[in-house]
Order: sequence, then structure tokens, then C-alpha cells
Amino acid sequence: MMDESRRGFIGKAFGAVAAVGGIASLIAMKKTWDPLPSVMSAGFTTVDVSGLEANKLEIVVWRGKPIFILKYGADMKPTDGRSVKIGDSYFSVMIGLCTHLGCIPGYEGDKKLFKCACHGGEYSADGVQTFGPPPRPLDIPPFKLDGVTLVLGEEGPEYKKMTAKA
Amino acid sequence: MAEFKKADSMLEWFDQRLGVVNFAKVMMTEYWIPKNINFLWAMGVLLTVLFTFLVVSGIFLLMYYKPDANMAFDSVNYTIMQEVAYGWLFRHIHAVGASVVFLIIYIHMFTGIYYGSYKKGREMIWISGMLLFMLFSAEGFSGYMLPWGQMSYWAAYVITEIFGGIPVIGDELVVWIRGNFYVADSTLTRFFMLHVLLIPLAIIGAIVLHFYALRFPHVNNEQGEFFDFDAEAEKYKAGDKKHSKVIPFWPVFLSKDVFVLGVFLIFFFYLVFFHYGFAMDPINFDKADGLKTPAHIYPEWYFLWSYEVLRGWFFEIAGISGKDLGLMAFGFANAIFLVIPWLDRSPVVKPANQRPYFKYWFWLLIADLMVLTEFGKLPPTGPNAWVGFGASLTFLVLFIALPFITKAEAGKVKGKK
Repeated sequence: MMDESRRGFIGKAFGAVAAVGGIASLIAMKKTWDPLPSVMSAGFTTVDVSGLEANKLEIVVWRGKPIFILKYGADMKPTDGRSVKIGDSYFSVMIGLCTHLGCIPGYEGDKKLFKCACHGGEYSADGVQTFGPPPRPLDIPPFKLDGVTLVLGEEGPEYKKMTAKA
Repeated sequence: MAEFKKADSMLEWFDQRLGVVNFAKVMMTEYWIPKNINFLWAMGVLLTVLFTFLVVSGIFLLMYYKPDANMAFDSVNYTIMQEVAYGWLFRHIHAVGASVVFLIIYIHMFTGIYYGSYKKGREMIWISGMLLFMLFSAEGFSGYMLPWGQMSYWAAYVITEIFGGIPVIGDELVVWIRGNFYVADSTLTRFFMLHVLLIPLAIIGAIVLHFYALRFPHVNNEQGEFFDFDAEAEKYKAGDKKHSKVIPFWPVFLSKDVFVLGVFLIFFFYLVFFHYGFAMDPINFDKADGLKTPAHIYPEWYFLWSYEVLRGWFFEIAGISGKDLGLMAFGFANAIFLVIPWLDRSPVVKPANQRPYFKYWFWLLIADLMVLTEFGKLPPTGPNAWVGFGASLTFLVLFIALPFITKAEAGKVKGKK
């Protein structure tokens, strides 16, 4: 009887130690697959927008995606919930992938529209689809404003205000 | 230690230590296969041979391949294809083999469905087989990424993106799987590991399980006949080979299998030497570029049917977006074959042509899969999108209806008796 309970105890103790070890190794394995610190820090892109020209598309790369930054000219009206005011000017800040099948649209400055060559989708300067197959406007990446610097990858109050409206 | 006496022959020496004589009996000369079968029963051996080809050609490719986003493309398209002597041969065997292995898997699988070889004790054969299908799919997908061409990159992008559809954890899960916010070097190196080590190990384990699962219920036969294997084996051993319903795996069954294998290998090497282009998508000869999406992204032919099930849902139903519906249908399509033994409510094991309702179901399923495969490669616009939706819906309906159809069939067959 004494023997049985000793065996039972040793069995349970072994089980408990093995379970702790097993869970610990699973955590280690999961974390090995996590993005590396260098990848995480490269996940933020900062852009100084003060030097940009009006009506000329600037493309930066953020997390492997093209980001469109377009400074509005005096004749271009800002759209509530899509245009962002940085300094004295309004800008469009959008992920430059067509919401249809992910091609990269080009900007035609004279017509003030984005045109996707793949299936003919068109967007206005603020990224709202105006023609063709795109199902929704161009996506807006999370951003934060730091004076005239745009930080992509962080959610600032301006971004939260925009997504709340959309 | 047991008493060992001096061996008189090399065979005896090994037999004393490893029991090889008994082992050969159990595995080969007294492993009994029914006589009443046809060439479709040779697919298992074909698959074993193809898997061996893939492992061997893979070993040779592995010697020169470089799993690095900057070097992978050139190591395949320049080093292996142009510098290494016969490097092209191993690449073409590997690429064609990967494609043809799915062709044979599908034949093997639908042979099983046609003859009802998944029920009445054969459930584990079916489940381990479907497990192998899933592992081969993962192996094909991870391997397709390695040449790091445009199709490699965007297939990896689209397929990993699918996990983003999982509620709550989706977005983080995608980043975790890729090891980056987009498909990058970290994605390549981890899928390289999966392709050359972890998944092949799992496949070998699953093959062992699959073979083992055959031992107790035994291989099915053309008429789904149940008989006493031990009694038939005794008959064969007693010399009454003519009336026995079984033959030994070795040498009788394999000798016929080797003939089928021979015919198959003529076809296989014809493809390898003269018609390998179908397994080498031209778009994949452009180096991966994360900022340039190809106009149409489509998988290899063997994934087209499930890709079309995913794409077929392009509009909202009852507040659920087309994307989510597609994901649900895709999940359903990939899991549903696993439970066929329980969806088929008829206890009858017979070829489909002898089952009054099931035969229609079977050929409808084949036709639907062909439509899905055909339209999976076409751009999903205009009428194509609607055909895709129809075929995708038909697929779901067929499987939901299967229990009712087979139940009704069981009733009808019983009524006749």
C-alpha cells in the first residue's frame, strides 16, 4: 500500500516536471518563430514630408509595401477621414496596392487620379475608387505625426480619428 | 544472453541476430494480397517509388541550393541549371515528380472512394492516407517557395495571407508564420527547413502508419468481397494456388506491380525529358519582387480545385463577407475528405457502379472537381466568377448531401433483399 502511493507520487511528480518542461519548450519554439528584433524595428518607417512637392507622388517602402504620400496642391480639396493635415498642407497617405488584386497603381498628375494598369481600376487623389473593379478605397496604413515627420507603423491620434470616421 | 551456435551461412548469421527470415515472411512472402484486383491497386507502389525519386533528386539539389533571399534564385537558375553537370536533370525530376505525385495521389484517392475502400475496418487506412495528402500538400507548397521566383513569392504571400482570416489572432499569426511583416528572407529559411527536414520526416512516419494500417483489415478488392485471409493463405501455402483468393506480396503481387510501374516510368521520363515545361511556370523565371505583383496568381494544377473553392465566394451573404465565406468553404473542402468514412452511411462495400445512388454522386464529384480545376486557373472576372461560385457551391452541397444519399441507398438495397 505504502509502495503504491509512493509510486503514484513519483509518477505524478514526474508528470508535473515533464509538463512544465514541455510547456517551456513550446514557448521557446514559438518565440524562435517570432519576427526578430531587427525586423520589428525595421517595421517603422519615418518620412520627413516638409520637402515634398505638391501633386507629385512620393513612394516609400514600409513593411515591404509601397506607401503613397501625395501632397495636395492649392486646387485640391481635402476629404474628411481620408486626408491628413501635416503642417500647413493636406496629404494622402495610403498603401499603394490596388484593393482589387494588389497591383501597384500609377499616379497621373494632370488628371489627379491613380490608375491601375492590371484591370483598369481608378482612384481619386484621396484614394477613393472611381472606376473599375476595386471593391474599396486604398487602405490607410497606421501612422503617427511627429511635427512634419510621418511615422509609419504606429497608431497616432490622427490615424485613430480617421479610422473612427471610416 | 541467448545461446548462439556458429552460423553455416551469411543468411543464418543475420537470421540469428535480426530474425530476417521471419521478417521477410511477415513483410513480403506471407503478406497476402487479394487476387481480384486491377492496375489501380498498383498506385501505392508507384507513389513509394515517386517519393524515393523526390528524396534522391532533392538530395542532389540540396548540395547546391542556397536558402537565402538574395542567392536562392541564382543558385537554382544559374548554378543548378547551367553549371552543375546534370543539375537540370535533378531539377526536372524534382519538379515533374512533385506534379505527377499529386496525379497519382488523386488516382489512388479516388480509387479508394470508388471502391469504398475506406469503411468497415479500413478507416485508419483512409485517415492515414488523407494525412499523407495534407503533408504532401504542405511539402509541395513549401518547396514551391524555394526557387524564389515571382510565382514562388506571390504564392507564399497569398497562402500565408489566408491565415489572416482566422478571427482575433489572424493578423499576428500571419506575421508569426512569415517571421516578418511580408514574405521575406526569414520566411524562405523557415520554409526551407520545413521542406527538407520536418515535413519529409513526418511523411516517412505517415507512410509507415499507412502501410501498417493495411495489415489488419487487408487491401480491398474489386468486388469489395470479405473473406477469411488466413484460410485463403493456408490454401495457397498448401499448393492450391488456383482456388486461393490471395497471392503473396512478394514475388507474385510485386511482379505485376513492377509491370505497371514500368509503363508509368516511360510516361514519367517522357515528361522529365521532353515535356517538363508544365511543371515550370514561366512567371517563376522572374526573380521574386515584393513590389511587383504578377497580373494573375494561380497555384500549380493540383491545388487549383481548392483555390477555386476559396475564390468562388465573391459577394456578401447574410452579412458575412465573400472573403470569409471563401475561407470557410476552403477549410471545409480541405477537411471534409477526412471524414468520408462517416459521411457514407451505407454499410455496403462495393464499387460505385454497383451502388444505385452513390455512382451518380461519385461522377458528379469528379465532374465538379474538373470544373473547379479548369476555372481555378482563369481570371475570376465576369461569367468565370459565377461558374466558380456555382462549382464551389456544388462541392459543398455534394458533401452535405452524401449522408442522405447513402442512407437512402442503404434503405433501397435492404428493401430489395
